[in-house]
Amino acid sequence: MTTVHERVDTFHDNDQKPVGYGRMLRKEDPRFVRGRGRFVDDVRLPGMLHLAILRSPVAHARILSIDTSAAEASPGVKAVVTGAMLAEQGLAWMPTLSNDVQAVLATDKVRFQGQEVAFVVAEDGYAARDALELIDVEYDVLDPVVDARRALEPDAPVIRDDLEGKTDNHCFDWETGDEAATAAVFARADVVVSQDLVYPRVHPAPMETCGAVADFDPVDGKLRLWSTTQAPHAHRTLYALVAGIPEHKIQVISPDIGGGFGNKVPIYPGYVCAIVASIVTGKPVKWMEDRSENLISTGFARDYIMRGEIAATRDGRILAIRTNVLADHGAFNGTAAPVKYPAGFFGVFTGSYDIEAAYCKMTAVFTNKAPGGVAYACSFRITEAVYLVERIVDCLADELGMDPAELRLKNFIRPEQFPYTTKTGWVYDSGDYEPTMRLAMEMAGYADLRREQQEKRARGELMGIGIAFFTEAVGAGPRKNMDILGLGMADGCELRVHPTGKAVVRLSVQSQGQGHETTFAQIIAEEIGIPPDDIDVVHGDTDNTPFGLGTYGSRSTPVSGAAAALVARKVRDKARIIASGMLEVSVADLEWDKGSFRVKGDPGKSVTIQDIAMRAHGAGDLPEGVEGGLEAQICYNPSNLTYPHGAYICVVDIDPGTAQVKVRRFIAVDDCGTRINPMIIEGQVHGGLADGVGMALMEMIAFDEDGNCLGASLMDYLIPTALEVPDWETGFTVTPSPHHPIGAKGVGESATVGSPPAIVNAIVDALEPFGVRHADMPLTPSRVWDAMRGNARPPI
Amino acid sequence: MQVTMTVNDVEVTREIEGRLLLVHFLRDVLGLTGTHSGCDTSNCGTCVVWLDGEPVKSCTVLAAMAGGHEVRTVEGLAKGAELDPVQQGFMQCHGLQCGFCTPGMMMTARALLNRNPDPSEEEIREAISGQICRCTGYATIVRSVRWAAVHEANAAAAVTETTESPEAGEIDNAGQPAGSVA
Repeated sequence: MTTVHERVDTFHDNDQKPVGYGRMLRKEDPRFVRGRGRFVDDVRLPGMLHLAILRSPVAHARILSIDTSAAEASPGVKAVVTGAMLAEQGLAWMPTLSNDVQAVLATDKVRFQGQEVAFVVAEDGYAARDALELIDVEYDVLDPVVDARRALEPDAPVIRDDLEGKTDNHCFDWETGDEAATAAVFARADVVVSQDLVYPRVHPAPMETCGAVADFDPVDGKLRLWSTTQAPHAHRTLYALVAGIPEHKIQVISPDIGGGFGNKVPIYPGYVCAIVASIVTGKPVKWMEDRSENLISTGFARDYIMRGEIAATRDGRILAIRTNVLADHGAFNGTAAPVKYPAGFFGVFTGSYDIEAAYCKMTAVFTNKAPGGVAYACSFRITEAVYLVERIVDCLADELGMDPAELRLKNFIRPEQFPYTTKTGWVYDSGDYEPTMRLAMEMAGYADLRREQQEKRARGELMGIGIAFFTEAVGAGPRKNMDILGLGMADGCELRVHPTGKAVVRLSVQSQGQGHETTFAQIIAEEIGIPPDDIDVVHGDTDNTPFGLGTYGSRSTPVSGAAAALVARKVRDKARIIASGMLEVSVADLEWDKGSFRVKGDPGKSVTIQDIAMRAHGAGDLPEGVEGGLEAQICYNPSNLTYPHGAYICVVDIDPGTAQVKVRRFIAVDDCGTRINPMIIEGQVHGGLADGVGMALMEMIAFDEDGNCLGASLMDYLIPTALEVPDWETGFTVTPSPHHPIGAKGVGESATVGSPPAIVNAIVDALEPFGVRHADMPLTPSRVWDAMRGNARPPI
Repeated sequence: MQVTMTVNDVEVTREIEGRLLLVHFLRDVLGLTGTHSGCDTSNCGTCVVWLDGEPVKSCTVLAAMAGGHEVRTVEGLAKGAELDPVQQGFMQCHGLQCGFCTPGMMMTARALLNRNPDPSEEEIREAISGQICRCTGYATIVRSVRWAAVHEANAAAAVTETTESPEAGEIDNAGQPAGSVA
């Protein structure tokens, strides 16, 4: 398990390197640059109607009455549907991905501002919106629960009185690690540092919002649903369970998706409304939410209120980490995570360090806010885990007066310790952390930066250097303990080689911009020697792809990528047998030369994979027992997650007069094992780093005391533009995953996970002259200004 | 009401409601779905098209206001089968991922290059600052626009000097394959 600096194959035209890994330009791009993508809102069907949703203006209220008569009489309106009408069909509530239930349309009361109350179906979108204005709802407003810290107070209003016997706002408790052993280590430690940290509620806000086109055919009973889903197969199964339509009569089509970022994993009420509307009207129905609806009602991210504690020796040996978490889950527990992991993979909060003990205790509560929690490239709560450990390690460095880079280097898990079992039970597959860290420091010119900082401090200028070193856990997951509502987290793959040697590969995962149509062709090409341009990648259509759990948690490469490599090897094994017949030698006498089999010792005798494909489909005998055709399919059950890692260094400058933070440099060194396409990885990293700048400096879904959402449009929910981000500096090391067929680990979420603590660490470092040890995100100018004046306050 | 405008060099006349937004006219009436809609507050710029050669957010223009004017959308960016250098640049420099912001970004970039054929990185960032991309982190978009600028400058030089054209690819990505500095 050595870390090497890989030679990068760079080529500008795809035909320069027809096979395998390297910087291949994307097969997706030609349609997108011509405006020929096929997104859900581009779908137009004959007779298609449009659906718009009426939403609650208040956070918590009993519904006394709904009068739809004026809306029904409005021009162009075909149907107006309320929760009471859905309840008659048993469809007013639906299951969430966390075994809770969520109202499709509110029946008894509303539980968050923006909740779905009724919908209108009309001939066009404008008419549907007009009619929404004419629906009269009478509310009896109740006190809302806004602050999660007060949700469990005895007099707190009970939000979930729909659940039988529910008398409080408790959602769940969870713990991991060894409480007693951790307490013992803390009791004998030289140094104990504790710090309260808030990871505020943010939102993935993909540029394309959520939407669907439902087309139910009453004659053959088949439902076709185009929708913005990252997990089309899982959605199909859930629709079958909820709506009672059999699975073989449901076709979910996830076409081009304009970014997902975890926002498009859950099933939203709008999808169900569109299906109901199509069944009711007998016409195709389109629902496309607007930005405000997306921000106010669909899956949020984070919202963890954490206390971090770290125990160490005086010379900087980290002994134990302990944390207590209060998780705000909103009004319904809609967290998208494997069933046995209600806090996702937060258990990796011990990070990249070899410690003696760890313990986490968590309580999750209901509040009058939209459901969600797991989204926005969090890898199932690893954003929160990495933020916790990387902030508390910096607090320790501050306490010890140690350089934060030195403290990390001193405590890294060493390469010979892998596979390494953490004190919370996670088995890290591989890692060589020090070279990654050293490379980042070298790229940054770390020693020079520290000198520059000293000089600037002497002049009263505010410059900060922040480090984050993270270990990710991606590729859920082994079916023995990971499932989504009973569906094991495996992925299928099917490869079919046509007679002329062209191929089609069908995936169960669903790209939302990550370049699967390119990189999966590269995996197949590497394994079977067919040029990637001759391989079509099909995904997102449940009628035409094998079953699997979709794309989130950076799981495509670890799970589906493994499936692709193995299905190609299966086809290659068959090709070898056919080749032995064609060359009239035994299988053992053949050697593979990426694209052809040749006879050992006689390289003049060979057949290409294209020759073999034609033979497999053509006339003439095949070796005994071999069926015609050249195809295979598999379902891959991963044995473990993959654990990519990275070293990030951020340099910020803060204007002492305005408290404006400028991210001047950002150095990101990632190690995701074998690199399939360096160009695509670089793009994934860039995007995640911009997420980090957004979360650290600008983004937050806030609420006032009445439960009004204060971040429900792009006027207030600020996302970085090209002016707020620097030109990123990226590097890499390569430590393959030993259990993965091609040694590749996931990477898509690494930068979103790793960058926020690096930026916050840099800002806190810059504010050292003011005695600041911590300040919570988002570090807007006003919040930095407050911190400089000793008034750093949590954002919620 | 009736509106007549020129869209991608073709004159179109349609009966519309006065309140119809230009973005919906292009997408829903004309079927030009390359132009997207990503927000409701005029911030995101996924709907950028040209009105008489200038980039505008078509979600913030009434279709009626475009009457008598020339509109150009992403579908009218290529010259026949030949892609505009901006389109080529986005492909060469990985300036797009999900592709949702791409049409608007490219329309703004083309307009920038039309008035400033050699923009600096800062000028490019300023030009696209009314537009949001969630996938790329912007750096490769900046490189894509620079690629187009350099490519066009080289092509122009090749025409005027009738000497051998320098390889645009040599400047591609500013020599930036994602690699270590080691």
